[in-house]
Amino acid sequence: MDIIAQLFAGLSLGSVLLLAALGLSLTFGQMGVINMAHGEFMMAGAYTAFVIQGVVGDAGVSLLLALPLGFVVGGLLGLLLEATLIHRMYRRPLDTLLVTWGVALVLQQVARDVFGAPNVDVRAPAWLSGAVEIGGLALPRTRLFILALAIVCVVALALALRATPLGRRIRAVVQNRDLAEASGISSRATDRVTFFIGSGLAGIAGVTLTLLGSVGPTLGTNYIVDAFLVVVAGGIGQIKGTVIAAMALGLMQAFFEYSTTASVAKVLVFVAIVAFLQLRPQGLVSVRTRSLA
Amino acid sequence: MLELSGVTTGYGRTTVVHGVDLTVPDGALTAVLGHNGAGKTTLLRAVLGLLPLRAGSVRLADEDVTALAPHKRVRRGIAYVPQGQQSFGQLSARENLQVVADAHGRAGRRRTDEALDLFPALRDLLGRQAGLLSGGQRQQLAIARALVTGPTLLVLDEPVEGIQPNVVTEIYAAISTLTGAGSLSVLLVEQHIGYAVEHAAEFAVLTSGRVAHRGQGGVPTAAAAARKALTL
Repeated sequence: MDIIAQLFAGLSLGSVLLLAALGLSLTFGQMGVINMAHGEFMMAGAYTAFVIQGVVGDAGVSLLLALPLGFVVGGLLGLLLEATLIHRMYRRPLDTLLVTWGVALVLQQVARDVFGAPNVDVRAPAWLSGAVEIGGLALPRTRLFILALAIVCVVALALALRATPLGRRIRAVVQNRDLAEASGISSRATDRVTFFIGSGLAGIAGVTLTLLGSVGPTLGTNYIVDAFLVVVAGGIGQIKGTVIAAMALGLMQAFFEYSTTASVAKVLVFVAIVAFLQLRPQGLVSVRTRSLA
Repeated sequence: MLELSGVTTGYGRTTVVHGVDLTVPDGALTAVLGHNGAGKTTLLRAVLGLLPLRAGSVRLADEDVTALAPHKRVRRGIAYVPQGQQSFGQLSARENLQVVADAHGRAGRRRTDEALDLFPALRDLLGRQAGLLSGGQRQQLAIARALVTGPTLLVLDEPVEGIQPNVVTEIYAAISTLTGAGSLSVLLVEQHIGYAVEHAAEFAVLTSGRVAHRGQGGVPTAAAAARKALTL
């Protein structure tokens, strides 16, 4: 039973990592932008949930409202960042890293100024309190909800990329910007939409984090490194790889934590990823083509 | 009609193309010949707007498109088949056509069908990942993708370079079919004299980024004149 409990804990942690990393798999994985403010877009999503709960009151309604609104808030912040700063430095990844890190610090300070330095709490709705008993194992409803939401987000994003005109445009621009332009596709407009969706997913991730703990200005910094690790280990630009890597990281963390401590588990996970990337630098999933383009 | 006047462009501090004047009349095939490094691809990238001009202008159907982004030029009727059989390698062949057709609604679907009629072999390959197709198949896909934009001018950069001979015949036949219909102008860039000089109404030979020779295609003396200009 212990193993099943750890398995669930691992999948649960994996689904949180997946939500944090899914947006990055678009902005970093597909567009190659190292956006250190991605974590702060999560933080913005979490504060959106807090504000909506203050306005609406009812925890259930406010959560259901916060998910789409968190997406919009995260997306708009991403759009603003892309339009003002990032689009000027598409071929300068290290500059982007520094600039977005600066933006992250600014956003943290803005959150501190607006909401105060102490953490705030968002109440979970009644229908998410307690646990579901399965074979003597108590599975917290909030964790099940996050797992289900992660699955919904992955399926929605995969479908959007695979089967919609917008998805085709995004993949075309990512693969060959000049060829896309020369085929009549506006790469600027596509970049903006891609960044909006990727940042919006961070907003959704932030809303779900309010179900697991309190909300503070540095909420995002706890997840940003793990989220990048998931995208890199999964294979850049591959959603399938991101899903597998997020779950693998979650499971490793849960099992290592069970047999050691949280800090040792973290070290072991990092060592495992470094070793894995030595063996397979391209990540879990990579794409074969006969041509470069 | 495409009119280039005094087109000057390059990369970094290097100017590659110097003051090129060139006209592609409606419904005609115009060829640009030149060796590797003569500035042919650079000139075409400037026509498309993928490279900014340092001087001169590009006019399409009496409109100055010099300042327009590439995708806007494509919407005004220029279609481009770049060098090297480029495709969106991770998309399927069908998606390579769809991604262009999406913007054109019903007309896009009709043009996709017409483009596939020109290269029927592609119909069986539509489900395949474009990056895994052979060079010849990818080039046919690239021409088909360009045609789906509904162009009035087709710009082809060495369309048969590195392609197996039987597909070369098919590609040239397709170009002849397209120009034969009279509604499409073609700007064809080639290293080799053969087809280009035989079928072009006019041709220009580019040497070190400058037009070294202009001639009329399809006449008995054209090939010899072009060869002479190329060896200068």
